[in-house]
Amino acid sequence: MRRLIVIFPLVLFVALGLFLWNGIGKNTESIPSPLIGKAVPEFSLSDLLDEQQIITAADLKGRPALLNVWATWCPTCKAEHAQLNRMVQNEGVTIYGVNYKDDREKAKIWLDNYRNPYAVNIYDPEGKLGLNLGVYGAPETFLLDAQGVIRYKHIGAIDERVWNDLRERMKLLEVN
Amino acid sequence: MIRHALLVILLSVSALANAAIDTYEFKDDATRERFQSLAAELRCPKCQNQNIADSNSPIAEDLRNELHRMLEEGADDQQVIDFMVGRYGEFVLYRPRMTEQTYLLWYGPAGLLVIGVVVVLLVSGKRKKAEPGKPKANLSDAEKQKLDQLLKQEQTK
Repeated sequence: MRRLIVIFPLVLFVALGLFLWNGIGKNTESIPSPLIGKAVPEFSLSDLLDEQQIITAADLKGRPALLNVWATWCPTCKAEHAQLNRMVQNEGVTIYGVNYKDDREKAKIWLDNYRNPYAVNIYDPEGKLGLNLGVYGAPETFLLDAQGVIRYKHIGAIDERVWNDLRERMKLLEVN
Repeated sequence: MIRHALLVILLSVSALANAAIDTYEFKDDATRERFQSLAAELRCPKCQNQNIADSNSPIAEDLRNELHRMLEEGADDQQVIDFMVGRYGEFVLYRPRMTEQTYLLWYGPAGLLVIGVVVVLLVSGKRKKAEPGKPKANLSDAEKQKLDQLLKQEQTK
């Protein structure tokens, strides 16, 4: 009994140590989004390519898709752009774009130069939709199910490895 | 003279710099104070070691604007906190809320201290009982006899 009492703090200390050790090296840049499991927040914004066309959250429903937040001022967005093009061209993924706090003309030129992987692009110059989505740095990519509910969020560029993970998650959504 | 002129220039430059930071206008001083205290307690999601009052990152600026707009529209502190947490998660609070997930965080240190005190008391209590000099009362009769025998043998040698 007495030995147990003496050993107890040591056990506690080791447990705490392991718990904290486990946290070392974890990516602290990406913070979990409270929006997982919730519908894309309501918005009413113009199409990047067609000022007259108004897009709302209802337009994002229908099939599982990615919602990619990007801007021309964002170097990492440039880095992932080719990957997005490949995903659309080779695998027919639906990607919606949110052109975040950007300039319409610059964004159009950018898409002309680097090809346009987006099914539709929401023009969000003031970052209002971005704010409601909890965006804090482009690029960020949301995985939406067919009902327009956010199922997953990736912060940072999409590369082949990230896409492998996202593809699996998308397949699960398509099955259900 | 030159020194004075330089001083005046330097002082006016710093005044300009301050003006560039604080451009918000408030309906009254109480709102200004609430703005400052909330901005100091909300963490910038991008630069996690700074609050949104200190950070120069674009997202911190957006959140300051949003905070200012909400306060001017008459939102109370709880509405502001809920707005921020609803978008950026518990993470934005420098002072975590008391929830099931944060009980360990809030009560953990006190709990560890209590456990430590209890263990120290138990161990030292046991020590006291076993103090030298006092006869041990837990010998059986047979053992006492044996002890007496041994002591006698020792004396007769």
